[in-house]
Amino acid sequence: MRVLMFGWEFPPHIAGGLGTACYGMTRGLARNGVDVTFIVPHAYGDEDQRFIRVVNASDVEAVYGATESGADDILDKISFIHIDSNMVPYISPEEYVSYHDEYVKSGKRVWETTDCWKQRYTFSGKYGANLMEEVARYAVVAAQVAKDLEGQFDVIHAHDWLTYYAGIAAKRVSGKPLVVHMHATEYDRSGENVNTQVHAIEKTGMQAADCVMAVSNLTRNIVINRYGIPAEKVVTVHNAVRFAEKQSEAPERGVDDKIITFLGRITYQKGPDYFVEAAAKVLKRVPNVRFVMAGSGDMMNHVIRRVARLGIADRFHFTGFLRGDDVHKMFQLSDVYVMPSVSEPFGISPLEAMRSNVPVIISKQSGVAEVLDYAVKVDYWDVDALADAMYALIKYPALANMFSSKGLEEVTNLKWNNVAAKMKTIYERIIEESKNK
Amino acid sequence: MKTVCLYFQVHQPWRLKKYRFFNMGKDHNYLDDLSNRAIMQKVARQCYLPMNALLLNLIKEHKGAFRCSFSLTGIAVEQFKAYAPEVLDSFKELAATGCVEFLAETYSHSLASLASKEDFKEQVKLHTAMIKKEFGQKPTAFRNTELIYSDEIGAMVAELGFKTMLAEGARHILGWKSPNYVYANAIDQKMRLLLRNYKLSDDIAFRFSNQGWDQYPLTADKYVSWLHAEDTPGEVINLFMDYETFGEHQGAETGIFDFMKALPATVLASGMEFATVSEAAKKYQPVAVLHCPHAMSWADEERDVTAWLGNELQNEAFSKIYGLKEKIAKLKSEDFNYVWNFMQTSDHFYYMATKWLSDGDVHSYFNPYDSAYDAFINYMNVMSDFEIEVDKALEAKAAAKRKSTKKA
Repeated sequence: MRVLMFGWEFPPHIAGGLGTACYGMTRGLARNGVDVTFIVPHAYGDEDQRFIRVVNASDVEAVYGATESGADDILDKISFIHIDSNMVPYISPEEYVSYHDEYVKSGKRVWETTDCWKQRYTFSGKYGANLMEEVARYAVVAAQVAKDLEGQFDVIHAHDWLTYYAGIAAKRVSGKPLVVHMHATEYDRSGENVNTQVHAIEKTGMQAADCVMAVSNLTRNIVINRYGIPAEKVVTVHNAVRFAEKQSEAPERGVDDKIITFLGRITYQKGPDYFVEAAAKVLKRVPNVRFVMAGSGDMMNHVIRRVARLGIADRFHFTGFLRGDDVHKMFQLSDVYVMPSVSEPFGISPLEAMRSNVPVIISKQSGVAEVLDYAVKVDYWDVDALADAMYALIKYPALANMFSSKGLEEVTNLKWNNVAAKMKTIYERIIEESKNK
Repeated sequence: MKTVCLYFQVHQPWRLKKYRFFNMGKDHNYLDDLSNRAIMQKVARQCYLPMNALLLNLIKEHKGAFRCSFSLTGIAVEQFKAYAPEVLDSFKELAATGCVEFLAETYSHSLASLASKEDFKEQVKLHTAMIKKEFGQKPTAFRNTELIYSDEIGAMVAELGFKTMLAEGARHILGWKSPNYVYANAIDQKMRLLLRNYKLSDDIAFRFSNQGWDQYPLTADKYVSWLHAEDTPGEVINLFMDYETFGEHQGAETGIFDFMKALPATVLASGMEFATVSEAAKKYQPVAVLHCPHAMSWADEERDVTAWLGNELQNEAFSKIYGLKEKIAKLKSEDFNYVWNFMQTSDHFYYMATKWLSDGDVHSYFNPYDSAYDAFINYMNVMSDFEIEVDKALEAKAAAKRKSTKKA
């Protein structure tokens, strides 16, 4: 079994759930004996004129810093191809245009302030002038790749709408079946103000696909009800979490107070407001607790103002955007992790928190709630319930201990290997079906 | 005979370093040593040293006829000692001429006058002691941070024994009245007020090098003709400005030093005289009582205090830092007082301003942060760590006390 996968670069290059999920999934597939040719956009910039390059799998592993025992046999199963492109997950067409304009005006290529509160982007003029153009250009290159690799894969798998055209192009060139993977829908990203172009690409991709994988039942329902995709074509494939061989050492704690953490993009979708309101309620009752909001996003300034107005800024801290080790460090420093997302197709970060022995509170409106028993679940809008849960987890050690030990056990059983096995049977089924067509 | 009263403000804040959540509880060095040193040494080279030398020459040249006043914050003096001791020496030389008056203010250039009377008084006493020790003068005139003034603040200053105080000649307070007279505080009428002539002051401080200004270039002759003119009526013209105007905001290449070199002789030749703040206030009788029920300052178009306390970020930081007051007082520790003092410096609050519209240029010029929000986060992180340390120290103190009473 051989898969041509249009995925996303692994952390630490690009943070976010998408890269993390692609990484775990690919490894899981390799362990299940599936060969994966993994194609990702990678911005090489102006100096290099090649569109495609093949990257050594062990180099990729080395960057991720996780070459572990017995890994060699998996590496044989995975090969990497970089397509020169500056697409990054989560970028919106509007953002893309503003970065491009700035590039044309000033020639500025890398957005990296000296400021650690902000993230970074790379840009180059050889890429499309707007995101849609870039998506189309990416598809053309993808078609060429598919042609070059003719006979070397049995199924095509595309992650997130930005690569759907690439997947469709590869399918047309090769005649192989296509799987598209919905990690998030446009409704999750933008609420009701959907970008119609993005919505159209998502719909086209799913219609052209032989199978749609959704990261949760929540997402599956949206795909069926709001995109009109036939239910029998849509399967739920929950994400899992990968355990690093060795846990890095816990950082020394600077403060004695309990720490309750929010970690994620500070955007409407993630519900940062509810976290703040609940924090203010808890602080009225308990003095020795601190709240940390880690991340950056378009609602950050709004949240800072709200925290100031509530008069809790001495107990509510902002770290700015965190990467790599700092994310891990933040989990290890936390006593409770909260993900109050308004809409979360899956949400991998609570699993990472649980892996660090941290009890978690998640919103019922998140896909991850479907796979977890040992997590406190509240409606995102129910600030009182959220405050209650926070209070209980910091005040009653027995409860916190139960959640962290049982939670660790639970999350340990969410293995990419099992997920990949399920994916493999789906691949087998659609390959069979397409042969019979 | 008209009197010209020159007063220069000298201040540098202790800038905080980038202090992250991960530093909390572990790292108690809050200052950005590198940029504090670099800025102090640059300003010393471009402004303090050449300008002090220039003023010293002028004083000698005019044999006492040229006089001026200074206010140096305690924080600035601390930085002289740490990074540019020759600047402090040159100020001492100026003090020794007897032609330079040093004013009192809050030690750390703080907003204490808006927070509490007690803190305010303590900080003024601290500053007065510093001036006495360094320059051998006991200040009799007072200048509040950013010329913040109200009837009540004036009365509070009078209670501390000062005879004269500076304030802004703000249009909304003066109405038709001229700033070029001595006024009296509305509550304690013995307290005399000198009001800044903002037009003539800003001609030097802001407009001097502006080539788009219809009066550009400004010469000493032209400027003195304005001071002298009949449409500048009054008895005392108060030219108050930041000392960093000379060589820093207006670089040496603009000719600002040549202008200042020529100014005293031109003023004296036209029949006017110079006086320090206290001398000017003593020489004239107050012409009227000045009513100023709400706090005003010399900043921005509005001349109010919204540059420091104008949004929720600033209000929160302000109430939290002054919320520590009782704990700090209980500790009676020099180290903690030191931090508490520099945390109160008004500049920290200025960095958190979000009113960028009309006066954004001036704000961003002085601001080491990318945004008001960054400034706020950083300040609160530092303060949180400081509070943890304060609490620890208090606990240790209480434990020691319990132990000693047990023994007894």
